[in-house]
Amino acid sequence: MLEVSRLPIIRARKTDPESDENLRINPELVTDFLVRFLRDECIRRRGVSRAVVGVSGGVDSSVTTCLCVRAFGAENVFAFRLPYKTSSPESLTHAQMLIEMLGVPSRTIEITPMADGYLQNAEPDADPRRIGNVCARCRMVILFDQSMKLHALPIGTSNKTERMFGYFTWHADDAPPINPLGDLFKTQVYKLARYLGVPKLILEKPPSADLVVGQTTEGDWGISIPVADRILALLLLGYREKQIVRKGFREEDVRIVKRMVDSTHWKRKMPTVAMISTSAIGEYYLRPVDY
Amino acid sequence: MQFCAASVQLAPFKGRIEENLNRIAEAALRCSEEGAELVVFPETITTGYFLEGGVAELSMTSQELVERLHRALKSCAGNKTFQKDLDIILGFYEEEDGIFYNSGAHINFQKGNPALLHVHKKFFLPTYGVFDEERFVARGKKIQTYPTRFGPFAILICEDVWHSISATIAALKGAEVIAVLAASPVRGVSSTKYDNLERYERMLRAIGEEHGVWVINSMLVGFEGGKGFCGGSIIVDPFGKIRAQGPLAEEFILIADIDLDEIPVARQQFPALADLRSVLDNIIEQFQECEMQC
Repeated sequence: MLEVSRLPIIRARKTDPESDENLRINPELVTDFLVRFLRDECIRRRGVSRAVVGVSGGVDSSVTTCLCVRAFGAENVFAFRLPYKTSSPESLTHAQMLIEMLGVPSRTIEITPMADGYLQNAEPDADPRRIGNVCARCRMVILFDQSMKLHALPIGTSNKTERMFGYFTWHADDAPPINPLGDLFKTQVYKLARYLGVPKLILEKPPSADLVVGQTTEGDWGISIPVADRILALLLLGYREKQIVRKGFREEDVRIVKRMVDSTHWKRKMPTVAMISTSAIGEYYLRPVDY
Repeated sequence: MQFCAASVQLAPFKGRIEENLNRIAEAALRCSEEGAELVVFPETITTGYFLEGGVAELSMTSQELVERLHRALKSCAGNKTFQKDLDIILGFYEEEDGIFYNSGAHINFQKGNPALLHVHKKFFLPTYGVFDEERFVARGKKIQTYPTRFGPFAILICEDVWHSISATIAALKGAEVIAVLAASPVRGVSSTKYDNLERYERMLRAIGEEHGVWVINSMLVGFEGGKGFCGGSIIVDPFGKIRAQGPLAEEFILIADIDLDEIPVARQQFPALADLRSVLDNIIEQFQECEMQC
């Protein structure tokens, strides 16, 4: 028998702020689920077996296109490169790389004349944020019109992190009727991208909305994506800010994440409608989207 | 007593009751041809699960369900009376006296003639997160056991089994077979199976193992507005072992021989149910104390 003073001790692990435990996914299982989702929503429910995707050269649209190819076959996925005059040429090259890798039909449509038809003629002093919003809305005009022309559905590419941070243009990036990535944090999208074979150059460059030269997502947020995702995951699981700080996260980082979430609830909702009856749509009249 | 049971994983068409009943009938007759005497279908298989305000439009009385399923079976059998005796358990939205329920019905077809054996109204209604049941349906008041040609049965629906007390009540009331109908949207994708399905497996195996009962589980599959139902139905024996398991997310038929004579063997090895019965008075007192403290 051991002396009590020599008994071995097993201590439970403490929370590690560097751990991605709450962000773990099995990419194979997720891929299978999302491919079934795309087929079910598009083919079974809507009778449409073709997809239109705006390919930016970033990770989200690359993963979305890969999933669509698995769901519908390469010949049924139409990739659109939609650059504005200030878009990075690198983005265009990376988008082309993905298009060639997947062998999907593609088209490049410059949105500069379309966006500048308004901006240069009517609003020459618009700041980069407004220009970005106009570009995002122009791109959606094209993707929706092309989907009608091609008898296809536009597929959204927004991930959960940017949706929670309101990092998108309302009724633009979030407009497509089908979105496979909307419940995956950005770091989870990266994991999926590696599993799906998205080219390294796309995986390794800093993510960017590509609205202004040199812009990066992390620069806009003021926090790294992995840290933002770990904090966001805890917040969404129901942990309070103080509890998250106790787990080893910087108070300032927790505050940034909380502020971005709390200030953008409206972007995740339909327009606010004045309610004057007991049959108001979405308040009293409740029917699921597939009913 | 031995019999052959089937569990059918199906994806319903949202709100299209006739089409769904026809597929249910077709699947039931196919199972019957394969030797099954009992066929279990998932929760809300007649309509799909997420209906919100549509519950009021797509509910039916249990008698109406019996008649419509009977018609579908006759039509599917080419208007000939199907000769083999067949029991069907299925989930549906029920209307009774202007009140709506999430229910499961057990119907026996003897020489083609239907008899409604039992209707279980879901006892625990999930109303949190993605679920909003109590807004649209009322709670059932009882967990009951009922006689069948195979032996005493009970039906539980989805969250009913997330509370271990439900199966305990069914077992104490004498159930030897518990049919568990479920519609469980996928949540959690970190492992090789969906997290909620892994939890189901743990719970259903624990029910079989603790009470020495057979568990026949049927899970919904398909997508409803982005929510994908997990599948992975299982049949668990009275030792808590999985005898058969369906794949994730696919439509599938599971068939297993159910031997009720294994129940006394299991209960002899682990007499938890007898142990529980012997202290029931005391447990009821404990519950009453809990109620007084609430």
